[in-house]
Amino acid sequence: MDISLMITSLPKLQSATVVTLKLLSLSLFFGLFIGLLFAILRLNKNIFINKFAYGYSYVFRGTPLLVQIFIIYFGLGQIEYFRSTFLWVIFKEPYWCAIIAFALNTGAYTSEILRSAFQTIKPGLIEAGKSLGISNKIIFYKIQIPVAIRQSLPAYGNEIILMMKGTSLASTVTLMDLTGVAKYIISTTFKPIEVFIVAGGIYLFMTFIIHNIMKFLEKKFSY
Amino acid sequence: MEGFMNIFKKTILTVLVSFLLIGSSYADKIKIGTEGAYPPWNSKDASGKLIGFEVELAWTLCRYIGSQCEIVEQDWDGMIPALIMRKFDAIMAGMSITAERQKAISFSQGYADEVASLAVMKGSSLEGMETSEGINLGKKTGAVKKDLKTLTAALAGKTVCVQTATIHQNFLESGDVGKVNVRTYKTQDEVNLDLAAGRCDAALAAAVAFSDYAEKSGKPVVLVGPTFSGGAFGNGVGVGIRKDDTQLLNAFNKAINQARKNGDISRIAIKWFGFDASM
Repeated sequence: MDISLMITSLPKLQSATVVTLKLLSLSLFFGLFIGLLFAILRLNKNIFINKFAYGYSYVFRGTPLLVQIFIIYFGLGQIEYFRSTFLWVIFKEPYWCAIIAFALNTGAYTSEILRSAFQTIKPGLIEAGKSLGISNKIIFYKIQIPVAIRQSLPAYGNEIILMMKGTSLASTVTLMDLTGVAKYIISTTFKPIEVFIVAGGIYLFMTFIIHNIMKFLEKKFSY
Repeated sequence: MEGFMNIFKKTILTVLVSFLLIGSSYADKIKIGTEGAYPPWNSKDASGKLIGFEVELAWTLCRYIGSQCEIVEQDWDGMIPALIMRKFDAIMAGMSITAERQKAISFSQGYADEVASLAVMKGSSLEGMETSEGINLGKKTGAVKKDLKTLTAALAGKTVCVQTATIHQNFLESGDVGKVNVRTYKTQDEVNLDLAAGRCDAALAAAVAFSDYAEKSGKPVVLVGPTFSGGAFGNGVGVGIRKDDTQLLNAFNKAINQARKNGDISRIAIKWFGFDASM
């Protein structure tokens, strides 16, 4: 075991962690909006809207994240017509391809988490609002959404941790995230065990932080 | 509890012993690791069978050594760690002999050598760069320095794509051509895809890797600038072997001598490269 390599690789891996955290936070930010939008669409009575939202979550939950990121990065880049559109400005960059893939993926899971949370809201809560003469819109924004978010916190915390680990796939599209830099160090030192132990430790530490933030939020919003 | 601990200890012991057994010598069979994704050096045919210059050469060398062989596939970026961890006993994967790698493993004498080159898509602004045909970075003469200057100016701010952990990446990061944006990929296939997609301003690899891709894909990939050899590009391609495995190293060196003398290496090289890349 090469302890000195572990120590010297730590600062490089720490700065790579910043890239990982950026990828994670941007993906979760966009993913939450996508998730909320599709959860609402899933509750729509119109069968086409409903099926469309169902299809989205079915496809993105039913295929590996690696395949999704490869299709978005390498796949779309092969289509000559696509490269001539303005979208190519975004899709040319591996950074945005990764974020788009991650956001669409976590969005699909988030929509399912939120949908089930909406569906488990006790009808009594909504009826109580109605009997007080509160409009449907206000009931939705002030009662249903806050309750659904509280309900979904434990499951969403899990999703954040899964997504955090998922960001390691960014290294497959040339990004130098935590895994990417770990692989780079290994490629010059040929010592995978030491470097992956340090990188794994950093991932574990991030999980620890996320877990505690979620625990705090759950306590804060308990009722 | 006592019983449980006993079972626990026994399980651990069994696992450890089986690791030792797996890791033991190759007494009966030499396992050779290759990437299978770097044509024409080594690649796979449509049915997934390993083919290429090194695959054929490996079988030939095994015949000279007089031992049974097995060729196994391994991702490029884990090639040297896998050798050290005894997943196989020798590397034949277009791996150039460099000082950096020699810190970790031994190399047999070189069996083939081939130049590296930059490639761009037709119509690129990098086309028509005025340099000499080829430069040897082992000797930094005035002409070499002049070409490196031309390259530095041409590549400034450009994104150059390479396969990870290669001599090509080392060269771009050595500072010989200033500060370029180096983007690294797991395989050469991915480098080719992104070069064609326009994500890379240029790519650097073995010249034959690009001509092979241009021929098979029909994409207008053209070589630009000088060809590179020596220095960061190493001293030819050899068989990578664990440092403590001198017996196997000697066996390979002897086999390469015989194969060279009998013209086998040249013959196989011409078959796969279209020219004699043997050394």
